[in-house]
Amino acid sequence: MAETAYLPRVAIRGSESLDAPRHSAVVRITHWITAFAFVGLLISGIAILIAHPRLYWGETGARDGPSLIDLPIPFMIGHSGWGRYLHFLSAWVSVLTGVVYAAHGLLTPHFRKDLLPGKRNFRWGRIWRIVWDEMRWKRPTEEEALTYNVVQRLAYLAVVFVLFPLIILTGLGMSPAIASVVPIVRSGFGGQQSARTIHFFVAVALLLFVFVHIAMVCLAGFSNRVGTMITGRTAGRKEPS
Amino acid sequence: MSERISRRKLITTGIAAAAGAGGLAVAARLADRYGLIPPDDGGIYGVGETVTYATQRLLTGRHAMAREYTRSDISRIAPVKGEPPENEIYQRLVAGGFADWRLKIDGLVARPSFFSLAELKRLPAERHIYHQACEEGWSFIAEWIGVPLSHVLNQVGVLQQAKYVVFYGFDTNFDAGDKHTIKGKWNSIDMADAWHPQTVLAYGMNGRDELPPGHGAPLRVRIPRQLGGKSTKYLAWINVTDTVKDIGQGWGAGGVERGFSWYAGI
Repeated sequence: MAETAYLPRVAIRGSESLDAPRHSAVVRITHWITAFAFVGLLISGIAILIAHPRLYWGETGARDGPSLIDLPIPFMIGHSGWGRYLHFLSAWVSVLTGVVYAAHGLLTPHFRKDLLPGKRNFRWGRIWRIVWDEMRWKRPTEEEALTYNVVQRLAYLAVVFVLFPLIILTGLGMSPAIASVVPIVRSGFGGQQSARTIHFFVAVALLLFVFVHIAMVCLAGFSNRVGTMITGRTAGRKEPS
Repeated sequence: MSERISRRKLITTGIAAAAGAGGLAVAARLADRYGLIPPDDGGIYGVGETVTYATQRLLTGRHAMAREYTRSDISRIAPVKGEPPENEIYQRLVAGGFADWRLKIDGLVARPSFFSLAELKRLPAERHIYHQACEEGWSFIAEWIGVPLSHVLNQVGVLQQAKYVVFYGFDTNFDAGDKHTIKGKWNSIDMADAWHPQTVLAYGMNGRDELPPGHGAPLRVRIPRQLGGKSTKYLAWINVTDTVKDIGQGWGAGGVERGFSWYAGI
């Protein structure tokens, strides 16, 4: 009797933990909106960049003066008017979505539980082993895939708390209207051209993150992981080993 | 237990959605009333433009000042975009040293007027050294010498209904009878920028009492809180109006047709 009463309870508990969504609805929705907005920002950002593919440092810089970096893109490609329209529309979508995500992450245990690495895991040996396994294209086990490892946690924290705020601030630093109200968004980066240059490099860092992110999704099982980010549920035992 | 939570969730979501929709409707009405909607507010891109313009206008108003630099900050090279107009009227004015040039100011003003270059130069002159960036990405610092637009507007007496100041240069067909057919680099600004103390009608640059040809001689406006493209060159006519819907495509600037947004405070 005692055994039969015990077993269903285990079964219920087991199914509960399987039923609890791997990603909350807010995380899933904001993830996909941000993904679409990022594509818009990337396309329009490239369109804006190729209008003047040179980077400078300080307040000013122009074609006939000295530059910091000349990107290997010809000037002939010229300027596309729609670039800034699309860039700003996508930027607003991404910023407002980011505000919802950040509020959710702070009000729920999401940041603390899912992103903050435990002290125990924050060791170079462990970090190096994870990166080494990933470089050798070693698939994570089902158990490992249930939670973020320390490298994932650090990468997500860097994107959410460093790269995203930095790309917004450097973007604002290029705005003459915003710089007239909050001069430090421009002077803090060393000038309008410095803000533009940093904006470019942060965008490159975000793009690299997206590449590695997609590669890791492929490694862990593309349709499975993408399905989890859409429905919130893991496919459980059907996961390839 | 879980049913109760889901019902509570449903009710709160419903209330939040209703409040959100109601809030949006109120926001749209207020935005229109306080002039927070740009002329190029149509289509999907118009949504982004409206949010940008409204946010920046609420933050900047009339009192936020662009940084003023010192003489030693002035860029050695002041690049220009585009060539001076090649049409006959403009070339004739250039040949005559702009002695026959007159700036027409009319529209919603008490005293429509014409100003010669000499008359403008007799008005109190100001010198501003500020940063100017192009939409493309390059930038420079230069000194601009001229009379504040607000001074000239006070002379002609702006009427209360005024919402925009429209600038037409010699690179537009500003003298077209039908305003809908106007093309080229005409542009407009709202009254917050028109009255802004750093907005000047510049006739000189970098210590000299005249503008180099490519920089908009004989007169251009300088709007330091927006990208350089807003600072219309080769001015012929300034018109004060309450709507820009009847000019060109009705989007507030000729550049919008080519995909450049009207508000350029970015």
